[in-house]
Amino acid sequence: MGIIKAANLIFDYIKRDEEDNVEEVNRAIDHLSLDIKKGDFVAILGHNGSGKSTFAKQLNGLLLPTEGTVWISDMNTQDDSLIWEIRKKTGMVFQNPDNQIIGNIVEEDVGFGPENIGVPTDEIWKRVDESLKAVGMTAYRKQSPNKLSGGQKQRVAIAGVMAMRPQCIVLDEPTAMLDPNGRREVIRTVRELNQKEGVTVVLITHYMEEVIHADRVIVMDEGKVVMDGTPREIFSRVEELKQYRLDVPQVTELAYELKQAGVPLPDGVLTREELIDALMNVFEKKRLEWRQDGN
Amino acid sequence: MGIKAVNLNYIYGQGTAFEQYALKDVNFEIQDGEFIGLIGHTGSGKSTLIQHLNGLLKATSGEIYVNGENIYSPGYNMKALRSKVGLVFQYPEHQLFEVDVFSDVCFGPKNQGLPKEEIERRAREALSLVGLDESYYSQSPFELSGGQKRRVAIAGVLAMEPQVLILDEPTAGLDPRGRDEILDQIDRLHRERGMTIILVSHSMEDVAKYADRLLVMNHGEKLFDGPPKEVFKHYKELEQVGLAAPQITYIVQDLRSRGIDIDDNITTIAEAKEAILALLSGKEKT
Repeated sequence: MGIIKAANLIFDYIKRDEEDNVEEVNRAIDHLSLDIKKGDFVAILGHNGSGKSTFAKQLNGLLLPTEGTVWISDMNTQDDSLIWEIRKKTGMVFQNPDNQIIGNIVEEDVGFGPENIGVPTDEIWKRVDESLKAVGMTAYRKQSPNKLSGGQKQRVAIAGVMAMRPQCIVLDEPTAMLDPNGRREVIRTVRELNQKEGVTVVLITHYMEEVIHADRVIVMDEGKVVMDGTPREIFSRVEELKQYRLDVPQVTELAYELKQAGVPLPDGVLTREELIDALMNVFEKKRLEWRQDGN
Repeated sequence: MGIKAVNLNYIYGQGTAFEQYALKDVNFEIQDGEFIGLIGHTGSGKSTLIQHLNGLLKATSGEIYVNGENIYSPGYNMKALRSKVGLVFQYPEHQLFEVDVFSDVCFGPKNQGLPKEEIERRAREALSLVGLDESYYSQSPFELSGGQKRRVAIAGVLAMEPQVLILDEPTAGLDPRGRDEILDQIDRLHRERGMTIILVSHSMEDVAKYADRLLVMNHGEKLFDGPPKEVFKHYKELEQVGLAAPQITYIVQDLRSRGIDIDDNITTIAEAKEAILALLSGKEKT
């Protein structure tokens, strides 16, 4: 069994009138079953309102199932006595860095989590050092978070989560408010944590480019998993993705468009290098043909 | 409606130890009916700049001319300026507050003191411009999807009938389809109504697709000013200031470095597709 497991998960947002009678029920998650392996980098895609964020909030007990079960490392999120253990295991990072930073200086902010759970002082500093190093922010430890760029703030927020020594980090659109450089910084940091520290990553995003290095891509629609596979498998299904209001990376789109126009290219091209190599092959073959025609 | 900025400076905490230039000697002129993409890293001065253009912030020094009139001259009608230059902030849906969509859109023109029929005419028109039909009028704005809420908020600004529309990252947090819908609608306002658009964006792909001209800000200064194709040729300098070129630009550069004679002006998928197909169909250029 994986580090995250959901079985037949249902979650309803229930609206009540003044007398507490149920007025409206909105099913955000609909019979979702999922198993995420320890150490995997999993990306979740889906349009606004598809249930991604609701699902993310199930992963550390911010929301609890209406029906079905979620286990984090074999711990049922509905078991009250385990909730703090579960929150130590899965850390969350949200969209707006300004809502997540509370310390006056960077190192204080990173130490806030472990301090709250009563970690001894020496150990807190050790964790602060390690976490800042892991996100490449050691040089800024004495600075005010106000003076940082969006990408740097978001890395501090990630360091704050890392200081809790989680096994899993859930990031809900961490780059939506960042400039291109900030986006690159954050994604690079998350990939490194996954590869070097072995942290399981669940990344929710609307930027298709950020997904190409994931081990697994899950597409959600109306609270269900509708596609599940490697980035290459998922991004080969261009038309299907568009039906779910999604997109493919620009590189993939160009390759797809060219293929539709008759250029012999493989399906699901993900990176610039792949596209260039494939196109150069096509150009080489054309050159040969033309040379033969010329003779 | 033309806007001209002359030697614009904006200094935070002037005279204190924290003195910092948010805008430094910024000059530009925007012609009536242009579609401008305003790009720059976080903290480069984009948001500060646009708040000057409708008088929400007053420059420490320098002048702004709107339709040839200096907005800092005594007696200038700032209130009229704000209905001429409509500003859609980041996450404008956080500013929705009325009980239903229609009342929310009416709020702006109502405050302008217009007659009821005119207010309602404008609200209807603004909502149709953003693609929301009558079935939405009586819904609570808080029960709509993210993209729909944002369209209601944009309609609220459009109902003021501005001549210039400034949008600060209107697509942040929207799914790809929602993003395309909003940008297509803005583009239609530009083409069909001749509205001047200033689009602040972190997506190089979006500004490459829609803008006629880019203004690039860096640390409060204007770094580049020109058509997207010209600006993105400086992709190495753009990377140094925290930006990038659209992915397509990199593909074109890679092909060129491998000896393919493809036009280095290309910034969009459609252009790249056409150029590659043309190269594959004729042998003269390869």
